[in-house]
Parts: sequence; C-alpha cells; structure tokens
Amino acid sequence: MTVATSAMEPPVQTPLLEVERISKRYGGAQALSGVGLRLYAGEVVALIGENGAGKSTLMKILGGIVIPDEGEIRIVGQPVRLSSPSQAMDLGISLIHQELNLADNLSVEANLFLGRELTWGGPLGLARGKAMEAKSRELLARVGLNVSPLERLSNLTPGQKQLVEIARSLSMDARVLIMDEPTSSLAQKETDRLLEVIRELRQQGVCVVYISHRLREVEAVADRVVGLRDGKNAGEMTRAQINYAAMVQMMVGREVDLHQRNAADSGASDRGPVLRVEKLRHALSRGEGVSLEVRPGEIVGMAGLVGAGRTEFAETLFGIRPRVSGQVYLEGQLGKIQRPADAIALGMALVPEDRRQHGLILAESIGGNIALPNLDTHQVARLLRFSKIRHTAHQGVTSLRIRTTGIAKPAGQLSGGNQQKVVLYKWLHRQPKLLILDEPTRGVDVGAKKEIYDLMHDLTRKGVGILMISSDLEEILHLSDRVVVMHEHQKTGELTRAQLSEESIMRLATGSQS
Amino acid sequence: MSKGESSNMFRTFFSNPTVGRILGVFLLVLVLYGLMVGIEENARSLENHQNIARRIGEWGILTLGAAFVIITGGIDLSIGSVVCLSAVSFGILLENGANPVVAALIVLAGAGLIGLFHGFLITRLNLQPFVVTLCGLFIYRGLAQFLSLIDFKRLLDPALRGTGRILRDSSRDVGVGGRGDLGWFFWLQKGDFLGVPMPMWIFGILALIAAIFLHASVYGRYLFALGHNEQAARYAGVHTNRYKVLAYFLCSLLAGLGGILFLMKINSASPSNAGNWFELYAITGAVLGGTSLRGGEGTIIGILLGTAVLPLLKTLVIFAGIPSDMEFSAIGLALLLGTLADELLRRHSEKARKGA
Ligand SMILES: Nc1ncnc2c1ncn2[C@@H]1O[C@H](COP(=O)(O)OP(=O)(O)OP(=O)(O)O)[C@@H](O)[C@H]1O
Ligand SMILES: [Mg+2]
Repeated sequence: MTVATSAMEPPVQTPLLEVERISKRYGGAQALSGVGLRLYAGEVVALIGENGAGKSTLMKILGGIVIPDEGEIRIVGQPVRLSSPSQAMDLGISLIHQELNLADNLSVEANLFLGRELTWGGPLGLARGKAMEAKSRELLARVGLNVSPLERLSNLTPGQKQLVEIARSLSMDARVLIMDEPTSSLAQKETDRLLEVIRELRQQGVCVVYISHRLREVEAVADRVVGLRDGKNAGEMTRAQINYAAMVQMMVGREVDLHQRNAADSGASDRGPVLRVEKLRHALSRGEGVSLEVRPGEIVGMAGLVGAGRTEFAETLFGIRPRVSGQVYLEGQLGKIQRPADAIALGMALVPEDRRQHGLILAESIGGNIALPNLDTHQVARLLRFSKIRHTAHQGVTSLRIRTTGIAKPAGQLSGGNQQKVVLYKWLHRQPKLLILDEPTRGVDVGAKKEIYDLMHDLTRKGVGILMISSDLEEILHLSDRVVVMHEHQKTGELTRAQLSEESIMRLATGSQS
Repeated sequence: MSKGESSNMFRTFFSNPTVGRILGVFLLVLVLYGLMVGIEENARSLENHQNIARRIGEWGILTLGAAFVIITGGIDLSIGSVVCLSAVSFGILLENGANPVVAALIVLAGAGLIGLFHGFLITRLNLQPFVVTLCGLFIYRGLAQFLSLIDFKRLLDPALRGTGRILRDSSRDVGVGGRGDLGWFFWLQKGDFLGVPMPMWIFGILALIAAIFLHASVYGRYLFALGHNEQAARYAGVHTNRYKVLAYFLCSLLAGLGGILFLMKINSASPSNAGNWFELYAITGAVLGGTSLRGGEGTIIGILLGTAVLPLLKTLVIFAGIPSDMEFSAIGLALLLGTLADELLRRHSEKARKGA
C-alpha cells in the first residue's frame, strides 16, 4: 500500500471513519448542529475552530464519552454506536483529552497502561509489572520524556504529564488517534518531537486528528484542515491550500494579525522596577537562585523547556511555595510574602498554569469565579453586592468575548479556551501592579489571543509590569521586551529585545550557558 | 540493576507518601506495645497476646472491607449494623434447626446482597455513600431487632400456629439454640492453630488475598485510580461502576463473616448492642494504616498495622488502670496524638525528600 502518496491526493478509498449530521445540545447551548467529518487512513487531519466551536465535543463523541442527540457514525462503512470509552477503544479510536485525565496517585507506568494492563493468571488479572515497566521505558523514550516509569505521577509537571498522555495513546495501536490540543503545555522541543511522531504514525497508516490553536503546528503537520464554527462545518482545506491567514479566516471569519505590534505597545519606561527579585530560592532550587527585574509597563518573558522550573519560581514569588532564601521588592519596598494573600495585598496577581486545579472553582458560576479574588470591592459590611458582582462578570464576558449562555453557567461547563479567559479576567479586574501570567494563552484561539495580547498592551501602557511564562516561543518572541530563560530551576540567561531569536532562546533553554 | 537505578527506586519508594504513613503507624504500634508490656507483668502472658491477636483478627476482617470502600473514595457506615444483622440472622437460623453451613452461606449471601444494594444506589442512582450507608446503619439494626421479635417456632410449626402471638413484646438476645453440631464454627472463633487464634489466621489469609488483589492485580489499580480520579479511570475504559460496586459488596460480605464470628464468640448476640461501633473501629484501623479518606491511597501492610492499634490501646487502657468510664476518652486522645505524630513524621520525611 502506498500510504505516503495517499496522504497527498484526495483519497478515494472508503473512509476509515465517517460522521454524518451529528448534533449535540447542552441545555441551552447547541454545541454541534449537523456536523459531518470523513477520516481516511494515513492522513493527518487538523480540526480548527474558535473556543467553544465544538471541537472537543465532536471528538468526545468519537471517543464514546459524549452521546450525540442525532447523527450517524460509520467505521469502514459500518454504522456503529459509540456508547462508552472502552467501546471506542475496541474499535481502534483513541483520544487524548484536552484536559489531563490521569490518576495522580499512581505511577507513570500504571497510568500508561490503565485499563489495558498486561496480565497473567487469566481472570485473576495479575499485573506483569516488569513487562509493563520495560514497555513503559520504550514509550517514554519515544515521546522524549526522561522520567522513571515508577515515579509517582503527582511528582510530574503538567507538561510531563501531557507527554505521559501522549505516550499512553501511542501504546494503544489505534487506527484513529485523536489529539485534543496535545501541545498546549509543551515547549518547542517537545512539540517538534511530537510532530515527528505524528508523521511516523501517518507512515504506518494511522489517521491522526489534530486539534490545536497553534496554527504554525497545523501548517507544519496537517494534510487536510477541517474548520468548525458555532458548531457547524466551516469548510475544508487541502494540503496545498493550508496557510496561516486562510485558517484564521476560516475560524473567526475575519483577519487577525497577531504579530502586528505598534511601537507604542511597549510601555516600558525607565522608572524604577515594579518588581525586583534577588536570588529567590525554593526547595527545588539549584545554584544561587533566580534574580530578575520587571519595570513598569514592561513585559518580561520567561522561557524554558517543560520542567525548567518556571511555574515553581512564580509560585514561590506569589507565596504559594515556601521561600528558602532571597528577597522580593515591590516598587523598591521589601515585600514580606508568605502566602498568596500577602502577594495580592502588595498588588500582585498570578494567573496559574493549571486552570482546572488552581484557576477555577469548576462547579461555581462564571460570576462567582470572577468575584472571588475581588470580593473586597464587591461587598458592603461583609455582605455581597450581587448587582456589582453581576456587572463585573458581564464586563468580563463582554470584554474578553467569553462564549457562554450566561454568567450563571458553571465554569466547568465552558470550553477550555473560555475557561482560560475567565481565569484571566478574574485577576485582570483587580488591576494589579504586577501581573504574573503562567501560560496565559494556553488553549486560547487566535481571535481571543489577539484580544488577550491587546489587553496586555493596554495594561503595560497603564504602567503595569507583566511577567509572562510561556512555552509558546512565538508568543515569547512577539510580546516580550526582555526574556529570562530558565533551565533546571536555574536562570541561564537574559536576552534583550535586540538579542531575541528562536536560536538564542533555545540555546539557553537547553542549558548551554551563554 | 545498576547502582543509580536502585538508588532511584529507593527514592521513589520513600517519596511515596504512603510509605511515610506506614513507618508512622509502625512506630505507634511499637510504642503502644512497649508501654503495655512495660506497665504490667500480666500483659506479657501468652493468653493476653492471644486475646489481642483474636481481637485484631475479628476487627481486621472488617477493616479490610472498609479499606476497599475508602480506597474508592467512599465510606461504609453500616458495617456494625451488618455485623449485627448477620449475627442475629445466623442465630435465628441455628435456633430453628438450619444446617450451620447452609445457614452461614445464607447469611453471607444476604450480606453480599446488602453490599450490592449499596453499590447500586451509589453508582446507578448517584446517591452519596455517606448517606446510603448511614441509612443502612439504622435500617439493618432495626431489622435485626425486628427479626428477634418474631417467634419463628410459632410461625413455622403448624402444630403451634394460632396458640399465641407471633410477635414478641420486646427484642431479645439471640443464641445458638444449644446446638451440638457447631464444633467447627466455634473453632473458627475460639480455636487456635500453632498458638495463633483462628480469627487472626482468617484475617491473615484474607489480608494476603487482599494484598494480591490490591497491589498485584489490575483490579487493585482500578480501585486506586477511580478513587483518585474517577473520570480518568472511566476515560481509560475502566468500568468504574463495576469496581465501585465490588468494593461495597466485599465490604458487606466481610461484615457478614464478622457477624458469624461474633455470634460464635459469646454464643449470643443482642440486636441492640452487637456490632456497635464496629464501623468506626474498622474505619479507624484503615485510616491509621494510611488509607486516605480522600480515596486512592492505602496499603494492606499499613492496614495490618493500623488494625493492631485499637486492640492494643484497649488492653493498655485496662492494664494502665484507667477507669472504664474513661476508656473512650483515653482511646480518642491516644488516637489524636498518634495521628498528630504521624503527620509530623510525614512532613519531616517530605521535607527531607524535597531538600535532597
Ligand atoms: N458538559 C457541558 N455542559 C454544558 N455545556 C457544555 C459542556 N461541554 C461543552 N459545552 C458547551 O459546548 C460548546 C462547545 O464546547 P467544546 O468544548 O466542544 O468547544 P471547543 O471547540 O473544544 O473549544 P476550545 O477550543 O476552547 O477547547 C461550548 O459552548 C461549551 O460551553
Ligand atoms: Mg476543546
């Protein structure tokens, strides 16, 4: 079989998987209406669309997790009913979820094989620990993750966990492998590796469905692009037609130039730094600790590979992790930060990396989530001012274009990107002096990304200092006035705007001191 | 295996929070035991050791069941009442001439059904384990009292029918009907083998099976996974509901066994007192042994140690001459200190690990 060529031309064989007129409704929201999709063996199909367009819903339907209201699914021409995850897996469909779905209390190996363990003793189901451990090493090597299979998963960073999810799905020998934003917490190096693996899978005749808001990746790897908008099909592109601008147009129906940057956008000034960190160390730190400065109106990027210790640094700065040594000065004043409340009182805000665990109370309404860190200004005599809370929430929903049926909707029911916007807004509303953003646009669509960038520029013009941790190199290059690079819990260098380039960052990020 | 690798395994082993827990409870058991044999000459007797071992066995069987449920992130408050209902039903069956083996099987089947019923309510109807089993706690004890009210002789014997009321005025203690064919059953409770009381043997064997089930089979992994992150387990294709039901089933089944042994211990069971507090003893044993009430954590070795704490404490209280009215307070206080020490120890080991 000439799989390689079939990827290039529109194939004529029966589709491996075919979806027709699929609809799904969630209460008041029509997540999908009459969507169709055809997938062929040996191709990489990118599914793109704005936040809330229905991409994850469609994929959850294929994964047997969500049951559609209407529509038909056929596998190699045969109609099938997908009513449970194990059924979908049996049919050769495997799904990497947008949000991590792993058991933190188990080892890496147990997670890799969960639900499909190698066993002996028939119905006794005794685990073949050694065999699985050996296979785990292979799988981890394949995705380039250097941890022991016996390591407890809770000791891994979100990026490393994401790689575990990917390795897990690779072990399933799926015919259709769906990846819902697999790279949103990965850095360049891991991403490149993943794209390589995807190309290998295509060679082997696997159909990969790739969802990402990082359109450069889509450009690099997709054979075909399928667009969704408001739960409907929004067109298709073949390999030859794929380009950045056209994809943006397909998703949002207008042009968005992420990279347009006015000279006025940089509000960096010569005033004294709003934040000065001196040799900050925490329990995991190596060397002398991290020192850096953020001036008012400046965006300082923080780059590094997955596990470089950027999040831990931010957490220590914000009083979440105990500080071992070092000083933090805000506007020249020594800040005594022992808990987040201290940091907030000093005018800091932190938008955390893991929105579901640290950013949101998932069962709480959008309004309630936004109000939580702002309760001091939304109360009279300790009683809540509901009208003001509603007003603020509406302001957030409008200004960040959060796609929802209302501010009373539980945050957990929003699409991933829209959840991110809620986390952002709840801190932006405080108008902090120093804003720490940990992966601010993780899972956010281009349109919203642009809005977030504009917002950041607005803030810098008002003199807010921003420390931005990002694994999205493009974002770092585009937004930062200065970049601090980390490697294994140490600062390996600092680059001015003039020195910034992909290579200079990568060199420092992989640990070669400049 | 290379040296680096083995030291890595060493670290992985100690970074496991449950290992810290086990060391903590191990120390607690050592201290309690040391105090006991230190305070009182009599405590060093073989008989005392056997008594403690017997009690560890009796409660340990229940603790194993409680641990399964707790590992899935649930709770079973009905254990004591199931013990009571099983003991009472077993007694009534024996009093009315049932073959003891058949009677025991009926009781176990009934207890198993109760567990399945809990599992059904919790998984299918989505009720909370706390509420379901709390209702069970009341219902089964009430049912036991009701059963002891019925005069089965009158109900079943045509000759006696109509000669009086079928329901007695007040509940009574149920006995074994003076049967002579219960030798084996008494042996299971009162006998010993190689000097070790039989309940301890039963507990030990069950614990071994449970250890294989929890730590070496995939089913154990499923229980741990779903206890910590049910969605992840379900998305991985694990039939989470099935394993949850299994946990409640095993828990009640073991409580049924506990009930049978209970009746054999003193040849009678009072529907209002039998098995009182047992669910709390079971849960305490499991939790002291490092089974987290948040679900997803626990080891059989920890449970073995955790189960030993309460019987040791109770004996210690007696030997230390603490008035029996103060027994509960003394136990509670000791447990609090024990968990506190355990927590401090765990923090210390965590710090040591992070510092490394
Ligand atoms: N469990 C749920 N309950 C209610 N509404 C839901 C639920 N899951 C999804 N939705 C709604 O369905 C719509 C589509 O969501 P979906 O997660 O499929 O979007 P998406 O395209 O994956 O977006 P993103 O790029 O942000 O991940 C959204 O409006 C969302 O609010
Ligand atoms: Mg999505």
